[in-house]
Amino acid sequence: MVTPGHFIALSVILFVIGAVGVLVRRNAIVVFMCVELMLNAANLAFVTFSRVHGALDGQVIAFFVMVVAAAEVVVGLAILTAIFRSRRSASVDDANLMKY
Amino acid sequence: MSHTFVLAGPAAETSRLIGFWVLAIISVGAALGMVLARKAVHCAVLLAVVMLSLAILYLMLGAPFLALVQIIVYTGAVLMLFLFVLMIVGISAADSIVETIRGQRLWATVGGIAMLVLLSLVIGNAVIGPQAPASPKFGNANVTSLANLIFTRYVYPFEITSALLITAAVGAMVLAHRERITAKPTQRDLAAQRVASGRPTPLPGPGTYAQHNAVDMPALLPDGSQSELSVSQVLSVSPALSGRTGGASAPPALPGGTGTSVGPGNSGGTGASAGTGGSAGQEAGDH
Repeated sequence: MVTPGHFIALSVILFVIGAVGVLVRRNAIVVFMCVELMLNAANLAFVTFSRVHGALDGQVIAFFVMVVAAAEVVVGLAILTAIFRSRRSASVDDANLMKY
Repeated sequence: MSHTFVLAGPAAETSRLIGFWVLAIISVGAALGMVLARKAVHCAVLLAVVMLSLAILYLMLGAPFLALVQIIVYTGAVLMLFLFVLMIVGISAADSIVETIRGQRLWATVGGIAMLVLLSLVIGNAVIGPQAPASPKFGNANVTSLANLIFTRYVYPFEITSALLITAAVGAMVLAHRERITAKPTQRDLAAQRVASGRPTPLPGPGTYAQHNAVDMPALLPDGSQSELSVSQVLSVSPALSGRTGGASAPPALPGGTGTSVGPGNSGGTGASAGTGGSAGQEAGDH
């Protein structure tokens, strides 16, 4: 029998994988993809808790998370193309002009 | 799809269990592959797999609207946007395996495991109740119930969302816009540039029918040497192809020419032999 705990466990695993990916990967686009994975894992938890409580508020929040994620991807990828245009690189290590 | 939630027999439970485990294994495997794959395109495809399986999980949880939004918005729009940017940035851009921070991968993995343990402890100690009894809100009436919520209780966040989307669209346009700082070259400028470059003619075509029936084969010059300019740069950078052109056909040494086989990997100009001033010398001129 599938309990909500199963879904929460899956959500936790996906979230951790996404977090490790953000820490490990050097390509900025892949880092973005890992952020998307974390957002999706959080959405799964929201939808699961919505099912547990029998109220739809969790699904509404997940819907808003999707909207915000779409906006974030649009702006983030525009920044990436701007950086790539001036630096010819999509690596997160190369954009260090404001480091010191 | 909503009728499965009305069913509550043991057969429905078993199918739900099987479905959950299949989707869980697929999504976790694809997520791991996404972190481990070196090429960004592979990461994008694996992320699509994760998102599609999450959409089916949403269906199982009684969220058909979110499942469709997940497929349309995430897999359809967001991932296509990722792929577009990947094509702009360069499809062959593989991640470097050089660690710029010492021990970063090790500590990231340790931190990830620690986070997993922490979160597992939290949800292991929390009491997660069983599913609420089936209601039409998680079935046929899902869309109308969501609409009721969004346009009554969550109407202000919904309106603010529109402001966010407009801001994001304007921001993306501003960021992606490029000012032209020089005048656009006219046809006359291009012609003058071409004549000044020393090579007014087009580049030579590949030796498709001269030696092989492939466009990555360089054409033969009159002195028997190979013209590296005849092969497209995109083809000549691939090591497999350059090895093929270098090894397969060594041209015979003709009198008057040095006869050195010029692989595509070599720098320009070495193909120009001393004896034949005509095409080889001209070829060495530009790129």
